[in-house]
Amino acid sequence: MNGFLALTVNGVATGAVYAALGLSLVIIYRATRVINFAQPALALISTYLAYSVNKATGSYWLAFAVALVAGAILGALTERLLIRPLRNRTELSPVIVTLGLLMVLQAVAGMIWTNEPQSFPYAFDFRGMFSSSNLFTVLVVLGTAAGIGLLFRFTALGLRLRAAAFKPEVARMLGVRVGLMLTVGWALAAAVGALAGLLATPPFLFPTVLDGVFVYALTAAVIGGLDNPAGTVLGGFAVGIGLSYVSGYLGPELVTVAALAILVLVLALRPNGLFGHAVARRV
Amino acid sequence: MAGKSTALRDRLTAGTPAPPATRAGMPPLVRHLLLALAALAVIVALTFVVDPFTNVRLATVGYYLIAVAGLTLLTGFNGQVSLGHGAFMFIGAYTVALLVLHVPSLPFWADLLLAAAASGVAGTLAGAAAARLHGPYLAGATLALAVGLPAVTQRFPELLGGSNGLAFTVNSRPAALAGTIPTPQWQAWVVWTTVLLALVVLANLTRSRFGRTLRAVRDDEVSAELAGIHIGRTKILAFVLSAVCGGLAGGLQAFLLGTAAPGSFTPVLSLSLLAAMVLGGIGSMWGALWGALALVYFQAWSEDLTHALELGTDIANNLPLAVYGVVLIVVVLAFPQGIQGGVRALRTRLSRLRRTEEGHR
Repeated sequence: MNGFLALTVNGVATGAVYAALGLSLVIIYRATRVINFAQPALALISTYLAYSVNKATGSYWLAFAVALVAGAILGALTERLLIRPLRNRTELSPVIVTLGLLMVLQAVAGMIWTNEPQSFPYAFDFRGMFSSSNLFTVLVVLGTAAGIGLLFRFTALGLRLRAAAFKPEVARMLGVRVGLMLTVGWALAAAVGALAGLLATPPFLFPTVLDGVFVYALTAAVIGGLDNPAGTVLGGFAVGIGLSYVSGYLGPELVTVAALAILVLVLALRPNGLFGHAVARRV
Repeated sequence: MAGKSTALRDRLTAGTPAPPATRAGMPPLVRHLLLALAALAVIVALTFVVDPFTNVRLATVGYYLIAVAGLTLLTGFNGQVSLGHGAFMFIGAYTVALLVLHVPSLPFWADLLLAAAASGVAGTLAGAAAARLHGPYLAGATLALAVGLPAVTQRFPELLGGSNGLAFTVNSRPAALAGTIPTPQWQAWVVWTTVLLALVVLANLTRSRFGRTLRAVRDDEVSAELAGIHIGRTKILAFVLSAVCGGLAGGLQAFLLGTAAPGSFTPVLSLSLLAAMVLGGIGSMWGALWGALALVYFQAWSEDLTHALELGTDIANNLPLAVYGVVLIVVVLAFPQGIQGGVRALRTRLSRLRRTEEGHR
């Protein structure tokens, strides 16, 4: 299992998950200049709901759908109830509030579903070097990323979302409901986050299961430039493969520290991320 | 920031306030030292009247206080967010543990100094990286530090004890006191003496030219740079000082508990330090005291509540975390100035009341 090829393949599959969660951070950051530190917790609650639905009905796909819808609702609520009142506050305020939400939701998850690991199913068979589950993960994440790219570039909703994010005053004058667009952006992002949770969690679900994933997703998003969805997806795969090598050759305990090192190194060399610049010009 | 504008408004509405006359004539260092001595006297007196259990709790407040005060210097005074301050406590605690186990001949105060130095070195590295990051980037990087560092103990299980950590006993008590003073009481004295000394240094620094430099960088980097301030150096120095405080806190915690284990330094610790700072009031060293008290007593109350209501373990284990989270959200949304903001408002109102009374006379 420690062969170079196995590590690479494994890295591609985990990288897809980092890309998905990173993507959810980037959608929100583009719209509101907020890093949603509660994103892993929103995904966590969605995944726990999926766990309960799956346990009650036995249907993986119903649980999957419930998680996505729950994620979207949670994201919209977060924007409306917690983030909107913080307009015109310092940069620190949304950081602290989303961290507070992270703590509350993790605690709530522990209270309802206990801190003990619960077994959570894979979508498909997970055995083998590049299993059907791995393939599914990569395809779903690439499909989602492409879908979001198309949505933003070619649909009226995407145009409004971009307008609300980049020139809210002008957009408002042109009749775009900026507030609604921000809520939609958060809902969309949190649904993508829930997807990442579903794909990242198996085989075991527990309240802090996504902490590490979040750090890697953030690393991916920062490498990608925080503003650049395509860069984030690339960043996600790069981080996944890189950390898979670290885990295989140096030891799994060093993975988070390695992610930190990558983060610091990239930011020291290119403060806007590896792909940050081009996007600033395009928009 | 918000705190400043309120202070300004108070000053404008209150007319021309008399300068604080009581403070005139005494250099800040002397005043801070006297205050610290008075505080130490109160605490020592307190340790004689309360039970051993409360003595431990008192010492716990002490080491949280210095950790939160360090964070206040960094975030409140210099505007840098750290979500990873538990990592510096981790370094401090493990330094003390390793020194006690492997160099038993060293006196405990030397262990503590070395723990502070080790965290200072780590803080220099983190600060050098942090000086180039801002806002969300810095928050993310420091969060990675908090998530990643405790796992290092698994990498070196022989040296760092793996997930069980290290256990040891610190024999710091002078022989003369051995029979008379119980351990928790002695521990509270050691912790608070260290903490108050460190606080005197911090309080003096924040009132000095360096303090003004910190705030200038926080408020406007460009103007600060134009004024000849070296931004990077200032930010790194702030990081180092706050890391040293974190290291001291960790060292004192190890001293108090006799253990250093990765389970005590989860990201939750870092986030609860942040919660304590925000609750106390971000811009003030006094806020650190309220925050540290809240941290210790939230824990205590939630334990009491659990016993009283016979809550299940799932609820009980997660109650403190939920409380910290709710506190963070409510304070930021509704009381951005924290407890110290409330204290300040109360004081302003009292002094205004006194002035109007004097006017009537």
